[in-house]
Formats: sequence, C-alpha cells, structure tokens
Amino acid sequence: MDKMDMIDAADTPETAEPQEHRDKEGRGSKEKTQTKDKKDKKDKKERKSKKAADPDAPFLPKKPFKTHGGVHVNHMKNTAETPSEILPAPKRVVISMQQHIGTACEPIVKKGDIVTVGQKIGDSDSPLCAPIHASVSGQVTAIGTMLMPNGTEVKTVEIASDGLQTLCHDIQPPVVTNADELYAAVRESGLVGLGGAGFPVSVKINYSPDKSVDTLVVNGAECEPYLTADYREMIESPEDIIEGTRLLTEMLGLRRAIIGIEGNKPAAIRYLASLIRERSLDDKMCVLKLKNAYPQGAEKVLIKACTDRAVPVGKIPADAGCIVLNITSVGFIARYLKTGIPLVTKRITVDGSAIAEAKNVVAPIGTLVSDIAEFCGGFDKPPQKVLMGGPMMGTALYSLDYPIIKQNNGLIFMGEAETDALRPTDCIRCGRCVSACPMLLTPVNIQHLVQKRDIDGLNDLCVTSCMECGCCAYSCPAHRPLVQFLRMAKNLVKS
Amino acid sequence: MENQNLPKLSVSSSPHAHCGESTAIIMQDVLIALVPAALMAAVYFGWRAVLLMLLCIGSCVLTEYVCRRVMKRPQTVGDFSAAVTGVLLAFNLPPTLNPIYAVLGSVFAIAVVKQMFGGIGMNFVNPALAARIFLLISFPSHMSRWSIPFFYLSANADTDIVSTATPLAQAAAGSGRPSYTDLFIGLHGGCLGETCTLALLIGGMYLLLRRIITPEVPLCFLGTVALTALAAGQNPLVHLLSGGVMLGAIFMATDYTTCPVNRAGKIFYGVGCGLITMTIRLFGSLPEGVSYAIVLMNILTPHIETLTQSSPFGSEVRNSGK
Repeated sequence: MDKMDMIDAADTPETAEPQEHRDKEGRGSKEKTQTKDKKDKKDKKERKSKKAADPDAPFLPKKPFKTHGGVHVNHMKNTAETPSEILPAPKRVVISMQQHIGTACEPIVKKGDIVTVGQKIGDSDSPLCAPIHASVSGQVTAIGTMLMPNGTEVKTVEIASDGLQTLCHDIQPPVVTNADELYAAVRESGLVGLGGAGFPVSVKINYSPDKSVDTLVVNGAECEPYLTADYREMIESPEDIIEGTRLLTEMLGLRRAIIGIEGNKPAAIRYLASLIRERSLDDKMCVLKLKNAYPQGAEKVLIKACTDRAVPVGKIPADAGCIVLNITSVGFIARYLKTGIPLVTKRITVDGSAIAEAKNVVAPIGTLVSDIAEFCGGFDKPPQKVLMGGPMMGTALYSLDYPIIKQNNGLIFMGEAETDALRPTDCIRCGRCVSACPMLLTPVNIQHLVQKRDIDGLNDLCVTSCMECGCCAYSCPAHRPLVQFLRMAKNLVKS
Repeated sequence: MENQNLPKLSVSSSPHAHCGESTAIIMQDVLIALVPAALMAAVYFGWRAVLLMLLCIGSCVLTEYVCRRVMKRPQTVGDFSAAVTGVLLAFNLPPTLNPIYAVLGSVFAIAVVKQMFGGIGMNFVNPALAARIFLLISFPSHMSRWSIPFFYLSANADTDIVSTATPLAQAAAGSGRPSYTDLFIGLHGGCLGETCTLALLIGGMYLLLRRIITPEVPLCFLGTVALTALAAGQNPLVHLLSGGVMLGAIFMATDYTTCPVNRAGKIFYGVGCGLITMTIRLFGSLPEGVSYAIVLMNILTPHIETLTQSSPFGSEVRNSGK
C-alpha cells in the first residue's frame, strides 16, 4: 500500500519535494517519511478537490506540447544583456506607406506640410490596413516612391526633422471600455504584428464572432538567431506585457492567456511568471517555457506547443480558437492605452560581424539603415549582406539607403566571410528536409514537382501551408535552394 | 537612391544561415564508419583484402570521373560517394576473387547503375549491391569461393587457398556452425567486410551518433530477421550474426538515395528487407538473400513513399471538419 502511495506521489511534480526529504533523512526514519507522504497526499487531494470544485478554471499547460520538425540553430544572442539605446531623431526619415499586410496607405499630407510626432500621415479606407504616423516632427520634403526588396514600388513620405520631436497636440489616451472601442483604438495606434509579418492587429483581434476563440497566445519565442528585441521588451517593460495581456484577455472575453517564451531566456520567464503571481492573475494566465528549437515562434508551431491544437491548412489561428500576438505588440497596446502615442518607434537588434557595436536601438520608424549603422559606430569591415530581420527568414537589402518599417526587429550586417554563396549540388535524398519541416511537408519531392510544373501534384502536397521558415534549406547538405522552390511552388499553385 | 559612398551588397533568398553540413562531409563520415570493418578485413584476409578494397575504390572513383567528363556534367568525384560505393562493393566480395572481376564490378556499379541514371541521388538501386548481384550471376563459382580467416598465414597460401563455407551455407548443408564469439568477431568464412559484426556495429554506432542515419531501417531490418527466425523455429542470433545482414542493415539498406525519406516509409522498408531476406534464407535455393532483399525493396521505395506519405500539419483537421 505504501509503495503504491509512493508511486502515486512520484507521478506528480508537486510532490517532488517530499522525495528529496526522504533522501536526506535516510532509510532509518521510514515511519516519519510515511506520515509525511500521507500528509502530502492529503494536500494533493485537497488541491485536486479545489480544482474539481471550479470546473470553469481554464487549463494552463505546465509543459509545451510536442511540435514537429524544427532545427537547432546557433542562438547568437550577443545583444541580450545590452540595454536598449534611443536613437535621436535623424535629419531625414523616409516613411513607407506599406508597412503591413494589406492595402497600402495613401499619404494624407503634402510636400511642405509641417508635421508633428504621432500625426497621421497615411491612411486608407480598406478594412485590412493600419494607418501610418509621423515619427519625427518637421517638414514634409517629398512624397516619393521606393523600391521594396520584393520588387514592388511603394509611396513614401519624406520628412526633414526639426530635431524638436514635438508631440502632436491631439494625442491623448484613448478611453477603452469594451471590445469595439479596443478595435478602434488599436487601429488608430497603427499597430501591426511586430513579430515580422506585419498583419494589422486591429483586424487580428476583431475575429468573426462565429469562431469560438478562447485563448490568447503571446509570442515571446524569438527563435531567430541574433534577435533580442523582444527579449529586451520582456526585461525592460514586463509590466506593460502583463497589463496588455490582462487587458486583451478581459476585453476580448478570452478564458486564458499563455505567454510562450523559448527556454534560452530564463530571466524573462522568471520575471514574467513572478509578475503574474504578484498580481494574482495565475488563474487564467501563465508563462510557458518552450523548447530551444527553431521555429518555436512560428504562429502555427507556437499554437501547437501552447495548446496542442492544429490550425487547419489554409485557415487562421482563430479557427483553432487562438489569437497569437507578438510580445512587443502586447506591451505596446498597454503603453498606447496609457499614453495615446501611436507606433512611431521600434526597438531593433543591430548585430552581425560587420557592425562595430552590436546593440538594441530604439529608432523612429523611417530611419535609414545607414543612420542606424552610424549610430552603432559604423562598420568594422565592409558589410557584404544586410538583413532586415533574422538570418532564417530575414530579407536581404539592396541598399543601406533604405528605411526601417514597423515590423522590423533586426538589422544584421554580415561580413564577407558569412556571405559565402553555397553552390547547390545534386539532391541525395537524405530526407533531412522532411524531418526538419515543422509543417510535415516533403520539400525533397516538392522541388522535383516544381521543376516539372506539376500543379496538381503540388496541390496534393499542400505546398500552401509552407511558411518559408527555412528549416529545409538550413539543414540541406546539398545546399539546395529549397525555400525558393517552395516559393515557386506556392506561386504555381496560386496562378 | 543611387549613392556612390554606399557599399555594394549581396542579395539572396532566405535563409541566410546554414547548418554547415555537405554531401562530402556525410560521405566522409560513412567512410570513417567503414574503417573498423575494413581494418578487420585486412587482419582476417590479408593483402588480398587490402588489394580488393583499394582496387574497388580506385576504379569506382576513376569511372565516376570519366563518366562525368564524358557526359559533360559537373564533376562529382569530390563528394566521396564513389569511394563509399567502392568500399561497400569490396566488402561484398569474397577475399580471393580475381581482381579483374572487382574492377568489372566497380565499372558496372558506377557507370551503369549510378551515372546512366543521372549520378548521385538518381540511381534506383544501391550501386554496390547491384554490382555484387551482377558479379554473382555472371561468375557464380568465383563469387562463392570462401576462405577461412588468416589463410594468408599458411605456408603455401597463394597456391593452395583453404576453402571453407559460410556459416549460412554450413547451416543449410546441416553441418555445424562456429561459436557465437567467432560469429561476433568474424572468425568465419564470408565476404570481406561482412564477417566482423563487432566492427560493423561500431561503425553503425558512429553513424547514429553523427546522425548520418536514423535507427528505423537497421532496427526494423534486424528485428524482422530475428522475429522471423524465431517464428520459423531457428536460432535468431545465428541469423543476425552471420551472412550480410549486419552489413546490409547498417550500411547498404540505409543508403539515402534508395530508401524512403519519411519515417513511416523507413519502417515499412526495413521490415520488408527483413522479410525478403528471411524468405530467401528459409525457402530459397540460395543460402543468402540480403542483397536481393535490399535491391527488391530499393525498387519498391517510390511506391512505399507514396503509400506512407504523411499528411501535412493541420490537414487532418480540415478533412474531419468537412
């Protein structure tokens, strides 16, 4: 009977302590430990009955659920322990009118206008859009166009800064008492998903009521190498994150919020978890330590790790009952509701072997990459490749004369040594791309079908669920350009 | 946005990082894993074994080089895959084979089985095994003349090679078999590289630790052989330790190009290899069936892959929802 008790006790993590005691006390005091066991069991029973008495209590996971695929990347979080530095307003900013997924904004200012920080300078009537605000005070010098790295042209507003950073006079904290007011406020803030994709947050949280959404997943995985911008947010403003999470959960009427953070950020996990306990929010909110694997922060992977749900192919997280928001986005919402200052600055990790001082920089939106590089002490050696974002999913820039946009979270200046172009060799069918794919696709077969332009075959292989995380190409020993093949496959299927 | 002062930048598609592995590194690892068995072959079968291995490697690499030159394709000698084929082919030859046959087999493996189908990654059967079967069918008497280990130490070894039978042939003929220890360390007749189970296991562990191979194929192959032997009332240990099962399960069946890429497929494939091996061993007229089993399963690989295709993450949900 006693043995049974012990086995029972060992099953649950809560009772790990008495076992430790038992080891310390030795085998001589068996009787004593037995009573302890019994006492502990009683405690457990009480706790269990407490749980049973409250069937509405939401389930908060203690361990992440199993996810598929993924690769181990070098974390390279060199800038994790350097506090963010604020970049003073540069002389000139170029603000892109397309800083989100959806319809581009139209400039609502004209050349010669005087603008102030936070003044709206671009907007659109389209539902899928986030307005754009001036990030510096000064005069509009031009309404121009700019070539984006994907080859499309987009309108820009160029502002010559007066260096005063005068705040727009009608900025005031919005009054938010219900969900509708929240959507409106978030839209006016110009917030887009700050994890990198840039989906307008007001649209994301305004899901159709027939979807039974119950969970807010806050994405603090930051699984890309180098990037520490989200980590600095967690260390520098954890209160905003917790407040934002509480507010969103309450306003949207969700049952629980899970903050997923990769295990390589123990300080952030401790910090946020203790804040949740302090504010006794632990009945519907928790911090979940994710495993150290790329891409834990990919939306669908994160949902699987936090809730064990699968987002159906071609559907959105709300179809799996979840809303996923980047941790910096959540912190920003709390700050915006306090101050009313829209999204005009962004924390960006500047790193890479070519830059003199790697650090996190809070820069006005529209600051040119060359100005940020100068703020970081210039270059140690000539940069060969400049990435906007992390090395796994980031975009290579064609020029340093390019402005940062809202959803940028990193600028990686790579030297010549890291830029060695790997020559593709023949596929040896090792299957590493198959075991690395978090979406359970088979890139090895998809590449052949792309070359054959077999659209039906590609449809059968569900190529549209590829998120271009790069795990396949990262792990390919033949250096096959698998992500390009998958992009081509998606375009073939769409056309 | 032209600015003379700004540096010229490279642009490319993501990802901008790579794990650092390459085909050449993988093939080098396979060669390293083959070293213990090669050393044991040299110890047991002397200079003839060394000669056969060097000849096979040399002629495989040379054939690969010539083929690529003739076909005007990028040179692939540097990826070491031809060298791996050479070692594996040598491992599948009897120690006393006339070197000319070894060269013939190497040319067949690389030119016909590998390069004529497009080179590395394109062959539909394992080149080394196909060459072994080619030699076995063409020169059956030469390919089944076995000699006991350390034959080269006897006084008149060159003129009077001591013949023996493989344990499986002995078992088929109903005569006695070597002890388990002799089977395990390879003190019995057989092909160059297949006798020493210990050395093969060391190589297999290395491949597993370096994550060059996954355990599915070897485990399913060996497991099926053992279970089938047990079910047929035979000694499973003898079946595992003798013949080419170990060499086949660890080094031949796991060949990337000719085995399924997905996990379920690998399990199916491994079990299939084991079943065919045991069918030939138990019911066939041949004493050994590993090479035929693997080649047959190689041919089935594309179909296994289609049948065991995993559905993408989230697609089951869509189907059940409709």
